[in-house]
Amino acid sequence: MRENGRMSLIELQGIERVFQLGDTEVHALAALNLRIAAGEYVAVMGPSGSGKSTLLNLLGLLDRPNAGSYRLEGRDVTTLSPDEQARVRSERIGFVFQSFHLVPRLTAAENIALPMTLAGIPLKERSARVAKALTNFGLDNRADHRPDQLSGGQRQRVAIARATIMQPALILADEPTGNLDRHTGEEVVNLLEALNASGVTLVVVTHDPTMGARAQRQLVMEDGRLKFDSAHPSPATDAPG
Amino acid sequence: MRLADTLRFARDAATGYPLRTALSVLAMSIGVAAVVILTALGDGARRYVVGQFSSIGTNLVIVLPGRSGTGGFNPANAITTTPRDLTIDDAAALRRASAVSRLAPLAVGTSEISFGGKLREVMVAGSTAEFIPIRNFELAQGSGLPEEDWNRGSPVAVIGAKIREELFGSEPAVGKLIRVGDRRLRVVGVLSSRGQGLGMNTDELVIVPVSLAQALFNSNTLFRILVEARSREAIPEAKEQVMEILKQRHRGEEDVTVITQDAVLATFDKLLGALTLGVAGIAAISLAVAGILVMNVMLVAVTQRTGEIGLLKALGATARTIRLAFLAEAAMLSTVGAIVGYLLGQLGAFGLRQAFPVFPAYPPDWAVIAGLSTALVTGLLFGVMPARQAARLDPVQALMKH
Repeated sequence: MRENGRMSLIELQGIERVFQLGDTEVHALAALNLRIAAGEYVAVMGPSGSGKSTLLNLLGLLDRPNAGSYRLEGRDVTTLSPDEQARVRSERIGFVFQSFHLVPRLTAAENIALPMTLAGIPLKERSARVAKALTNFGLDNRADHRPDQLSGGQRQRVAIARATIMQPALILADEPTGNLDRHTGEEVVNLLEALNASGVTLVVVTHDPTMGARAQRQLVMEDGRLKFDSAHPSPATDAPG
Repeated sequence: MRLADTLRFARDAATGYPLRTALSVLAMSIGVAAVVILTALGDGARRYVVGQFSSIGTNLVIVLPGRSGTGGFNPANAITTTPRDLTIDDAAALRRASAVSRLAPLAVGTSEISFGGKLREVMVAGSTAEFIPIRNFELAQGSGLPEEDWNRGSPVAVIGAKIREELFGSEPAVGKLIRVGDRRLRVVGVLSSRGQGLGMNTDELVIVPVSLAQALFNSNTLFRILVEARSREAIPEAKEQVMEILKQRHRGEEDVTVITQDAVLATFDKLLGALTLGVAGIAAISLAVAGILVMNVMLVAVTQRTGEIGLLKALGATARTIRLAFLAEAAMLSTVGAIVGYLLGQLGAFGLRQAFPVFPAYPPDWAVIAGLSTALVTGLLFGVMPARQAARLDPVQALMKH
C-alpha cells in the first residue's frame, strides 16, 4: 500500500477494458497495472486511440473495467453500486474537461456551486465557499456572468473552481489547455500546478509534450498498454507485452 | 440534491429553452382551457334547461292526450298532438282527486290580435284562473282571469308585456277592448316581462278563458291539463289518481299520458349531464395529446442536454437526482400549463356569460378538478419515460457527445 513513504491513492491491477466494435473486439486498456501516490502530478500521454481517455474515465468512475481491480484510497471501487460511485465522484474526484463543460444557462457562481448543489449542501455554506473560490480564482467580478459572456481562460478557471469546490483528493484533467491559446493555457496549467502543490493529486491527459514535461511523472500509453512510466523507467515493471 | 435546488434547477432548465417551454405550456393550457370551457357550456346548458323547467311550476303533473308506448316520458309527446281528445269536463273531473291541490286545463292556438289599427299574430292560451299561479306567472298590472264556470268563458284577456307595449305603447292597457280573432275582449291584466322561457314566450302570449279559446279555434279538445299536487311527496299519488279518473271517463282505456315535472327534470338532467361528460371526455383527449407533447418536449430536452446530463453525473449526481430534475421540469411545464389553461378557461366562460347573460356558463367543480389533475398526472406520467432515459445515459457517451 505504501510507495516512496506515501499511501497509494490509486491502485490499478490487471485492468482490462474491451469495446465491441461490430465483430471486432477492441482492447482499449489491456493488462494495466498502475499505482499513483497521493499528491503526485502525473501526465498521461500517447497518440489518439491509445487508451488515455478510457483510462481517465475509468479513474473517474465514469466507466467500469471488464476485468481487474481499482482501489481508490485503499477501497475497491469497481464493485460499488452506481449510486455509491456517484458519491465517490462527488466527494473525492474533480473533473476538468477540454471543452470546459459549463452549464450554459447557469452563471459562473452557479456553475461553481453545482457539485455542492448536487451533493445537497445547504445554500449558506455553498455561497460562502463559492465566494471564496471566486476570489481564489480571480473571478470576483465575473460571478454573475454566464459562460458565453466569459473568455476561454475564464471559463476554464470556472471549471477548475468547480472541480475543486468539493475539496477532492484527485483532479482528473482531460486536455485542459486543448481549447486555449498558449498564454491562457499557461495560466491554467499554473493554476492546476498550484492546486497540486497544495496536496491534491493531479492526473492530466495531454498531447502537448511541453505540458507533459512539466509533470513529476510521465506515463505514455500505446494500444491500451502502458508503454513508458517515468517512475519505473525499466520496462520490466510493466506487464509483458 | 435538495428539493428547493431541484425545483430551481428544473425551472432554470425550462426557462433556458423558452420556445419549447412556451409551446408545451401552450398545448397543456389549451387542453385544460378546453375542458373548462366545454364543461361550462355543457353544464350551463343543463342548468339552463333545468332552471327553465323548474320555472314552469312546482309539483306539476302534466296530462297530455294520447298514450305513449310503454310509459315513461317520450320527448315526442311534448311537441306532437294526437287524435285522442281531452276535454274541459275531463279536467273538471280531476278536481275530485284528493292529492290534487289545483289544476288548469290548457288549450293553445294562434290567432290575430288587433287594437287601434295595429294587428299582429299571437299565441293564445285558453285556460282558467289558476293557470297563472300554477305556472308561476306574475301580473304587472290588473288581475288574472276571473274565477268562473270553466264552460262560461267571459270575454276577457290577460296579455303579455311585449303585446302590451306593441299595441298600447305608453297608454294604459287594462280596461281597453281588443280584438282577438272574431271576438272583442277586455284586457283585465298584463303579465310581467320574463323573457324567453321554455316552450312559451310569455311576453308574446295572450291568455283567455279556456272555453273562449276553444270557441275561437273551433275545437273542444285540450292541449294539456296542468295538475298541481299537494306536495312533492303527493306527486306519485296525484299521478295515479289522475290516471284512474281519466281511465274511468275514457271507458277503461288508458289513452292519456301523465308525466311529472320531476321525471322530465330528471330526464333532462341526466341527458345533459351525459352530454357534459361527453364533451369533457372529448376535451380530455386534448389533455392526453398535450401530455404526449410534454413527453416529446422532454425527450427532445434529454437529447439536447445529453452533454449536461453526462456532466451532472461526472459531478456526482446520482441517477435519482437526474430523474427527479427531469420529472420536476415536466411537472412544472404541465402545472404552469394547467394554471394558465384554467385561467384562460375561466376567462372564456366569463366571456360566454357576458355574451349570453341568461346562460349560466359556469364550469362545474368536478370538471375543473378533473381537468387540472388530469393535466398534472399526464404531465408527470409522460415525464417519467424521458426522466428515466436521462438517468440511464452512460456518462462517458454523454460527455463525448457534448
